[in-house]
Amino acid sequence: MLLIDCPWCGERAETEFSYGGEAGITRPKDPAALSDAEWADYLFMRNNPKGAHRELWNHSQGCRRWFGIERDTLTYRIAGTFRLHGKDEG
Amino acid sequence: MARQTNRLGSGGRIDRSRPLRFRFNGRDYGGYEGDTLASALLANGVRLVNRSFKLHRPRGIIGCGAEEPNAILQLGSGAGTLPNQRATQVSLYDGLEARSTRGWPSLRFDASSVNDLFGRVFSAGFYYKTFMFPQRWWDYYEAFIRRSAGLGVAPDRPDPDRYEHRNAHCDVLVVGAGPAGLMAALAAARSGARVILADQQREPGGSLVGSDLPIGGRPADEWIAAVVDELREFDDVRVLTHSIVFGYHDHNFVTIAQECGGDMRERLWRVRARQVVLAQGAFERPLAFCNNDRPGVMLASAVSAYIKRYAVCPGRRAVVFTNNDSAYQCALDLAHAGATVGALVDSRGSVSSELTDRVEAVGIPVLHGHIVTDVRGRLSVGGVRVARWNGDTDARADNSIDIRCDLLAVSGGWNPAVHLHSQAGGAIAWDERRHCFVPAESRQANRSAGSGNGRWSLADCLRDGRDAGVAAARSCGFDAAEPELPVVEERDETPLQPLWRVPAARDPDSCPKQFLDFQNDTCVADVRLAVREGYRNVEHVKRYTALGFGTDQGKLGNITGMAVLAETLGAPVASVGTTTFRPPFTPVSFGVCAGEGVGELYDPVRKTAIHEWHVSAGAAFENVGQWHRPWYFPRAGEDLNSAVARECLATRRSIGILDASTLGKIDVQGRDAVAFLERIYPHKVGRMAVGRCAYGLMLGEDGMVMDDGVMTRLGDRRYYLTTTTGGAARVLAWLESWLQTEWPDLEVYLTSLTDQLSTISVAGPNSRRLLEKLGCSIDLSREQFPFMSMRQADLAGLPVQLFRVSFSGELAFEINVDSAHALALWQTLMDAGREFEITPYGTETMHVLRAEKGFVIVGQDTDGSVTPIDLGLERMLAKDKDFLGKRSLARPDCVREGRKQLVGLLSADGRTVLREGAQLIEEPGAAHPVPMIGHVTSSYMSDCLGHPIALALVAGGRSRHGETIHASLGAGSIATVTIVPPVFYDPQNERQHD
Amino acid sequence: MKYSALSLLRNALSHNRNWPEAWRSPKPKKKYDALVIGGGGHGLATAYYLARDHGMKDVAVLEKGWIGGGNTGRNTTIVRSNYLWTEAALLYEKSMQLWEGLSQDLNYNVMFSQRGVYNLGHTLQDMRDIERRVSANRLNGIDAEVVTAVQLKKNIPQLNTSPTSRYPILGASLQRRAGVARHDAVAWGFARAADRLGVDIIQQCEVTGIRRDGDGIIGVDTTRGAIDADRVGVVVAGHASVLASMAGIRLPIQSHPLQAFVSEPLKPVLDTVVMSNAVHGYISQSDKGELVIGAGIDAYNGYAQRGSFPTIEHAMQAIIELFPIFSRVRMLRMWGGIVDVAPDACPIISKTPVNGLYFNCGWGTGGFKATPGSGWVFAHTIANDEPHELNRAFDLQRFESGALIDEHGAAAVAH
Repeated sequence: MLLIDCPWCGERAETEFSYGGEAGITRPKDPAALSDAEWADYLFMRNNPKGAHRELWNHSQGCRRWFGIERDTLTYRIAGTFRLHGKDEG
Repeated sequence: MARQTNRLGSGGRIDRSRPLRFRFNGRDYGGYEGDTLASALLANGVRLVNRSFKLHRPRGIIGCGAEEPNAILQLGSGAGTLPNQRATQVSLYDGLEARSTRGWPSLRFDASSVNDLFGRVFSAGFYYKTFMFPQRWWDYYEAFIRRSAGLGVAPDRPDPDRYEHRNAHCDVLVVGAGPAGLMAALAAARSGARVILADQQREPGGSLVGSDLPIGGRPADEWIAAVVDELREFDDVRVLTHSIVFGYHDHNFVTIAQECGGDMRERLWRVRARQVVLAQGAFERPLAFCNNDRPGVMLASAVSAYIKRYAVCPGRRAVVFTNNDSAYQCALDLAHAGATVGALVDSRGSVSSELTDRVEAVGIPVLHGHIVTDVRGRLSVGGVRVARWNGDTDARADNSIDIRCDLLAVSGGWNPAVHLHSQAGGAIAWDERRHCFVPAESRQANRSAGSGNGRWSLADCLRDGRDAGVAAARSCGFDAAEPELPVVEERDETPLQPLWRVPAARDPDSCPKQFLDFQNDTCVADVRLAVREGYRNVEHVKRYTALGFGTDQGKLGNITGMAVLAETLGAPVASVGTTTFRPPFTPVSFGVCAGEGVGELYDPVRKTAIHEWHVSAGAAFENVGQWHRPWYFPRAGEDLNSAVARECLATRRSIGILDASTLGKIDVQGRDAVAFLERIYPHKVGRMAVGRCAYGLMLGEDGMVMDDGVMTRLGDRRYYLTTTTGGAARVLAWLESWLQTEWPDLEVYLTSLTDQLSTISVAGPNSRRLLEKLGCSIDLSREQFPFMSMRQADLAGLPVQLFRVSFSGELAFEINVDSAHALALWQTLMDAGREFEITPYGTETMHVLRAEKGFVIVGQDTDGSVTPIDLGLERMLAKDKDFLGKRSLARPDCVREGRKQLVGLLSADGRTVLREGAQLIEEPGAAHPVPMIGHVTSSYMSDCLGHPIALALVAGGRSRHGETIHASLGAGSIATVTIVPPVFYDPQNERQHD
Repeated sequence: MKYSALSLLRNALSHNRNWPEAWRSPKPKKKYDALVIGGGGHGLATAYYLARDHGMKDVAVLEKGWIGGGNTGRNTTIVRSNYLWTEAALLYEKSMQLWEGLSQDLNYNVMFSQRGVYNLGHTLQDMRDIERRVSANRLNGIDAEVVTAVQLKKNIPQLNTSPTSRYPILGASLQRRAGVARHDAVAWGFARAADRLGVDIIQQCEVTGIRRDGDGIIGVDTTRGAIDADRVGVVVAGHASVLASMAGIRLPIQSHPLQAFVSEPLKPVLDTVVMSNAVHGYISQSDKGELVIGAGIDAYNGYAQRGSFPTIEHAMQAIIELFPIFSRVRMLRMWGGIVDVAPDACPIISKTPVNGLYFNCGWGTGGFKATPGSGWVFAHTIANDEPHELNRAFDLQRFESGALIDEHGAAAVAH
């Protein structure tokens, strides 16, 4: 069971969190301008690497905040936690 | 009751003042407090305890702990029975009943032991090669196989005991309270670290329990007691006995199963440790000689343990067979216990004279350069065959001599228990010097110590344990000093001679069986066969021969098996590797893993504030999400159909009342509330006037309908949303995720009000009169309070929000009230409504009423593959803005002809109520696969309309109104139906607008 | 040597010294007509059907570890074909039909045991979904029936059918032809049969690169050297994305840990397969007597063949809800596999933007049952450079067009 360091609450057990998939998937600014293939890429295509993975987690049983972590998908080691968006820094 | 013939007159850690009685296979025996079932059986001279899995060979106790493969017994009977209990790990208690799981008609005369005669036919993987012809006979073959397999019997009633989970955190978790573990715990505890020390035995001490070895100038037992006493003095040290550490999971999460006694049978400790010291010791391994499974062949260390811990000497006339030094102690222990040791057979040509002298000094003949090649006796050891050996594994053993004995103590060396280290992701490496797998690098915050780390001597174990404890504490930031090591006797060690398969008088394929996995009857010849047939990877060998698949999980024989595999392949053991060590270390009960989370606590029920009223009104309940909702309110003599008919008619004619509190309720406010909701919802949110309500659909980014509800504008920057009951949590999380991850620039605050507010829906033509009668602070008239609007008001003296929304198609009011007042308001409405024959209704009537109006239920009339356009709701999709899911609606598959669309269905005969879920077809009797054009999503008898109605999704359905198709009713029966628009009742919406 | 009772007896007389190898261990050649990457059940089946049905015998199966060592050897072995959507149902039914004669076809007893599979319903919506699926199955010619709670109590007396349990069992669907099989034997049986048709099975051979020449495939690099081929089928389950990125293409696949566990062996106590979605767990009893239980998938991506212990706790709770008598039974082993999950919980058996490169992945938690059928249609796809009718809908294009086959959509929202 993972031990996840919530940037707001500190280290908590995995069971307090929910997973949000690959980080850095940005919703296209103008979806209507995209081809079907481009839209499908946004909707469904993911990197799914074996190794370092930047991903979203939500402290759903705690502060309910979303944040990012970098985790190795093979060793499950967590290299670090990051807040989303610059303005939340600090 | 039999006499305890093998019990020694003194010694042992048993309490002779507390005799216990127990029963095994119908016979009564005696033992003492402190015995295990195995030690008590041995004390009573019970040799034969079970039969093996495949060949039904007679089997006795071989080990004294988790490695025992044979003494797997059924304990007790009825609800409290326990299958597959390892007698070596069962504490004896008064009245214990145990029985063997195999052997018919009796354990001594087992009819199935005929299998043994045909042992060569039942070679590895034989079942893959037969039972195929004729094909249809497989069922019979298999039924026979199933009857033959299996060990114990599952209880036939629910578990009378309880289990609990407990979370714990510590700096240093020490696994195993033997010499290394005790030193590690002591070092860590003295530094101030929070320590948990867990051990599977009933008392700490590990291999030292009952030992008379001097430690620090005093007997081992006294040293153990002193260390444990000191540990218990620390506030932050917890010593757990009867506690098996069975799982080492990610991020230093460790699971421990503790035996508790009483009706709280077991406790699961879920420990998050900053550092872990693994000091769980080593398992002695057997040697693979012919008939090495005969009852009376035992591990040398087990023989010693029975003598010292339990004062039981398992034989009178013993032979010891070893390839290493450790079994010399066993020979001494046997002699000390009064047994005759006929010979100590040591495969090694030369051994330190100090060791040899000590054994010979007590009159034991030592045969260096000899091996035991075979065992005589069937139900019990009668003697052994011993041959001279020069170290050549390919040699044939001849010129052998027979030695009569009733006990053969065997040591093939030791395997460090690397299980938890490996579970933690750590590497293991073959140690060429010590001929065993030892822990290599750790991948988590753990280190190994003691014999589990390949340290054999007591002095090394103590030092290794101390160093590990100090290092662990320091890693946690404690300033740990090194405790002084107690002085112990040190001896020269003669290295072990690698010996696995012992040469026999015949070649390994035709000699009598040399067992590796005793429980599964896997022999040396099976491993050789597997290799011959191409199953060469260690995992293939394991799976093909079942090596290591017994309930001891290979603790006894796996490494020997790997070595035999390596020998057969002509490869070094290191290159063969081991199979993966997976949790649990030893089997753990389902009950303790489940803990308290069963029965009522499996998933706690959510109840509305009005729930108790529904119960007292006799409601039948339905599970909706986590909620219990009233399904219908039957009166005496009513079934579902008649109750629902009455509830529907009462609502349409006068007033029905529904507890709608389970709807999800979300308050949305903030500077950017409008901008946010515009992006979420397909309709124009900003155009809504304050105080107005709108139906709101929520789409996933894939364009499919995800949830729905009513949105109300409470202010310029404030909205109130409702969601489906089951979707409430998901919708809130979904909205929050968009805000936080995608649009952090928007200032919007979301608050769930689902539990704070209760919702009572009053529907029917008299509903306005009812509220007026109760005293309402606002004008409820159609003009002042029109349909799809909301007002704050006082009702019956309570502050409420009133919504003129309708899910029934009738004039209706939804009343939001603080949950603290909900029951009172409900009661007030019921009392005041008596003159209107107000009728409470449940979800079933709600469904019928809404279906008559063609309102969909997300999740029933939709299934994740339905767009708003499919539902006929394209008018809700704003053209001049983007919203979630909009782009997906333009994909080719979403705009193609022939998508399934929402329609109504009427049975042609005007009577048949269709089955919900029934598939719709055009051509009855067509060949399989019959093309399906849709399915019935909702179907009811409408007593209001006087005929059944149904909603369905039908390919191209909206352009097919009036056409006739067929619904499959199962078992070949078909109903003819007509496609109609989905609104059956009051299509002009006059009643709800009233 | 043909396997039979007779050959067992004959070989017993010679102390089993004369059994031939089940398959060879050849060195890889420089070039093959076709390569199958992945020596699991699906890959070995693909190679077998390529050789048997399409005359392609110059084929190698490349396995980075040992055959059958991935999800083939890690699943709960349930075989059924009672899928809702016609596209899925017909594919799995093809597989079911192949299962029904597989032991004889391969001359290797895969112990396919048609002991029936019950899918339990715990809510009214579950029962609607069951009616819908059973109705669809029957019209597709697949055996299926709806079973009431009363019948369930009679058929599976150990099952907790109490109306007062937390999620009472209201009924179930039953597919009698469904059942379980011996997972390892499936891999070994296909391997042996493919080998006898000339297929090279090359273990300990990891693909490290996929070589393209423009839009076409020309071969692969492996830990045992480069191998040329202009047709390459990739069927590597959890590692599909890794291989796809070697080929420079993207897949809509997420890899997740999925766990399962077995109990200690028990005398026969459960003679069928019981699955529940609402109370999430599925269970059967193996011929050896072990209760074989599947847990849920862990939500996060993972390539470690292990999962989170709370997932096991939940599965235990579910099993005890369904079978309170199993509370005192003990778990013997737990393990994890890596499942490749597609957005619509349906497989991708498809050509790719690279000519001659084919992918077969996305089976999620349910690939074992499809083993023969998956191999059969994938072999057709590779041999003809064109999907079979049965796998046409399972192409990569569907994620662009939106024509998903939403097997998990059928359980959407409670009202």
